[in-house]
Amino acid sequence: MTTVVKSRGTVTIDVESCKGCELCIPACPPAVLTMSGPVNKRGYHYPELHPGCTGCAACLMVCPDYCFEVFRFQTPVEHEVPS
Amino acid sequence: MSTIPLGPVLDTAHAPGDGARVVEPKTPALLLTNHHHLCPGCGEPLAVRAIAEALEDLGLVDTAVCALGIGCYTSFGATVDVDLVQCLHGRAPSVATGVKRMLPDATVFTLQGDGDMVNEGLQEVLHTAARGESLTAVLVNNGVFGETGGHMTATSVLGQRTKNTIEGRDAEYHGYPILIGDLIAQLEGAAYVARGSVHNAGAVARTTKMVRRAFEAQRRREGFSFVEILTMCPTGWFIPTGEGPDYLASTLGEVHIMGELKADGQIRTTEELHAENVRKAAELDAQLARGGLED
Repeated sequence: MTTVVKSRGTVTIDVESCKGCELCIPACPPAVLTMSGPVNKRGYHYPELHPGCTGCAACLMVCPDYCFEVFRFQTPVEHEVPS
Repeated sequence: MSTIPLGPVLDTAHAPGDGARVVEPKTPALLLTNHHHLCPGCGEPLAVRAIAEALEDLGLVDTAVCALGIGCYTSFGATVDVDLVQCLHGRAPSVATGVKRMLPDATVFTLQGDGDMVNEGLQEVLHTAARGESLTAVLVNNGVFGETGGHMTATSVLGQRTKNTIEGRDAEYHGYPILIGDLIAQLEGAAYVARGSVHNAGAVARTTKMVRRAFEAQRRREGFSFVEILTMCPTGWFIPTGEGPDYLASTLGEVHIMGELKADGQIRTTEELHAENVRKAAELDAQLARGGLED
């Protein structure tokens, strides 16, 4: 079974600047950010984005390392994900 | 909590193409780099960002002069593109007074921590406020001396754990905290006094508006404007970075009540601020649920 998840927005993440504080994870209203398994050059886990972003910019506003830039799509992008 | 099933990890290394636009607030151009040496989970970079955003929004970048105190945030002097004077510990309001009197058209603000402003230089900020100098003082308040080892400051709340209050601040031994915002609001020379926080996205948005209103008060030469910003210090509080925001809200945030303590000539009581906070939190939750923080 698959479900269609719409992304109204997306983000870019400056992975190498991240210090792994995890403040963005609970800040994300649709909860589509998770921490990575691998680590960056400085040894920190970093956030990864899954389908379902709304482009609300909550992650950007709580990130102390200014890692995020937020974008909104003119037409939402659809992803098929296993449910 | 959302019930969206987690799909594959998306590409976030590259900006999307033509079909997308950047969402405000963008990272301010005043922040020359996103590299800094502050600890993971620190709230001070968010306060710096709020100031940079307010300056850019109001078009005050070219006239801005910062009188910078001593603390962890001092390192931002090298990476934020604003003219600045580095001051002795606690003396920023007096230096800012000198700058403002010589350059009345400049937008002068201080950036100080709680150790700098409330411990080392309490009289400086009180006299500057009482004189009604048309400048803005910004306080980043986390209740510890972060840079010099993590001991308590005059704003540490009762029960707060720091390096030298391991069992929590005890009123009988350490005395009571100073609520600097409430103190300044009582002074005739203070035109605008507000207390914000950076413990969640809504609070950051609200705090940025407070900084903007403080600069506007300065531009109208109404008198002294003051914004206190509660920030996380997980290192100084001995907690995991992810618990910082909740700890802030439940300890400092319960004593240093957030809101506009003095605006438009009106001083607000703690009860009024509490009621306002509850209403605003509900509004912001509704806004986030609709999928955006845009006005």
